Amino acid sequence: MPSIVSVDNLRKAYPGGFEALKGVNLDIEEGEILALLGPNGAGKTTLISTICGITVPTSGKITVGGFDTVSEYRATRDLIGLVPQEINLEPFETVFNTVRFSRGLFGKPRNDAYIHKILDQLSLGDKKDSKIMALSGGMKRRVLIAKALSHEPRVLFLDEPTAGVDVELRKDMWDVVADLKAAGVTIILTTHYIEEAEAIADRVGVINGGQILLVQDKSEMMAQMGQKQLRISLSEPVSSIPDMLRKYDLEMAEDGSNLTYTYDTKGERTGITTLLNDLAAAGLIMTDLQTKQSSLEDIFVGLVKETA
Amino acid sequence: MNIYAVLTIYRSEMKRFFRTIMQSLISPVISTSLYFIVFGAAIGSRIDEVEGVSYGAFIVPGLIMLSVMTQATSNASFGIYFPKFTGTIYELLSAPVNFLEIVLGYVGAAATKAMFIGVIILITAFFFVDLSIAHPIAMIAFLVLTCLSFSLLGFIIGIWAGNFEQLQLIPLLVITPLVFLGGSFYSVSMLPGVWQTIAMFNPVVYLISGFRWAFFGVADVDIAISLVAIAFFTGACLAAIWWIFRTGWRIRQ
Ligand SMILES: Nc1ncnc2c1ncn2[C@@H]1O[C@H](COP(=O)(O)OP(=O)(O)OP(=O)(O)O)[C@@H](O)[C@H]1O
Ligand SMILES: [Mg+2]
Repeated sequence: MPSIVSVDNLRKAYPGGFEALKGVNLDIEEGEILALLGPNGAGKTTLISTICGITVPTSGKITVGGFDTVSEYRATRDLIGLVPQEINLEPFETVFNTVRFSRGLFGKPRNDAYIHKILDQLSLGDKKDSKIMALSGGMKRRVLIAKALSHEPRVLFLDEPTAGVDVELRKDMWDVVADLKAAGVTIILTTHYIEEAEAIADRVGVINGGQILLVQDKSEMMAQMGQKQLRISLSEPVSSIPDMLRKYDLEMAEDGSNLTYTYDTKGERTGITTLLNDLAAAGLIMTDLQTKQSSLEDIFVGLVKETA
Repeated sequence: MNIYAVLTIYRSEMKRFFRTIMQSLISPVISTSLYFIVFGAAIGSRIDEVEGVSYGAFIVPGLIMLSVMTQATSNASFGIYFPKFTGTIYELLSAPVNFLEIVLGYVGAAATKAMFIGVIILITAFFFVDLSIAHPIAMIAFLVLTCLSFSLLGFIIGIWAGNFEQLQLIPLLVITPLVFLGGSFYSVSMLPGVWQTIAMFNPVVYLISGFRWAFFGVADVDIAISLVAIAFFTGACLAAIWWIFRTGWRIRQ
């Protein structure tokens, strides 16, 4: 199946010469949720802006739905909804009018029923006649989402949709994203919250210094890159690690009641079987075993450090 | 052509105008009345006639031009500057619209507003002076063209401006002086010789002269030259805007 968004060797230099994107390649499948992770200044917003037409590529090629974003911009922009990182709204306009404005701007005939539906979905129904300036930050962010959805896009870009949003609203937002995915919308979101990528993304891309370091299935990535930890609880605390277990690089809890073994799931052999045998041979009695997988956060921090 | 987009921009700009309809219309009415009292009554009592027209009537076309030019410029420049200022310009840049559609929406609305104000001033003028219009069609044509071309100019200023001061700068520093020196309240032929020559470099002279011709059938410069001048001015503004969108100057990096 051809990708809905395809970025091919994209470079972007801002006037002044700074190269914010250094040859980005990215293919996004229809219907998936892709989370872009990267530190401040990594180039996430620049990448999104270039796909959406807010900035022009210096070189390279982008297609959306098979159309070129430069030469066939009408077709590509028709398909795209964008929620910018900054809360950019006209303060004196009402919620309903600003959403209706967006729909018209994207060339869609007026459809107030549809706009009411989106506003209700985003719990903005009772705020529809309020002026933007009378809304809270989280509400404004939802207005931005409503504007982006007003023209029924097939691809939605969310640039840090949950920045500065409280926990409850963040969960609501995730539900909205899940609903959109169910409706067949492809979603690309950037975030600094690793839990967010873990919670909702199908695939995760890591970007740093204008380059995509890795794009992978979320679970695959965690399985492949992740390290696992095995925690062994002992019935009798030990005062030090027995000599015959030294080769395993175990960590002992301060009170000696448990040992932690870190292993790589990528490795050919994890060494668990021999460790457990040797534990028994050393005369230690185990009461419990627990394994813990490293989070995306650990992986992410590791990757970014490597390239820094 | 994304006609929905053009109408959407146009309507939303007009809505801003009608939301402040009282300010939008009362202030030109008051200032025009003041001009009539000061220039028409005080000065006019010492000047009988200019080129066979009573002074009070003579200044009407210039007064309308003065307001229309400044209003068109400031409306259009504010219209496009405001989205830049609030950041909502991202939406214009990511929407399936081309430069022509954006210009039609913003410039169309700004020109309409300026037209409204021009007509209001004309109506106000009828209360103060005896006025007849010799060439009504030409009068309307000049009014429309002036509204349009100065709205185009304002649009360029709005795109260029980086802050509110700059937004005010050009109208204050360039347009107002050019209009005042462009014969709005006097005939260029009343100036001493050297100044007459200098005045001929002021593009506004041609517009006011042409507009005045439409009212009274007399003009400082040939009506044909006036028409060429306004066509040239409109064309230059269009070319500049076309270049701006081609290069993304100050809007799309
Ligand atoms: N308009 C601009 N002109 C010049 N440089 C810019 C411009 N916009 C961004 N940059 C630079 O490009 C780089 C990437 O910026 P970008 O906004 O894409 O980062 P980001 O990944 O979105 O960061 P954040 O997480 O902070 O939002 C930064 O170094 C930034 O300084
Ligand atoms: Mg960003």
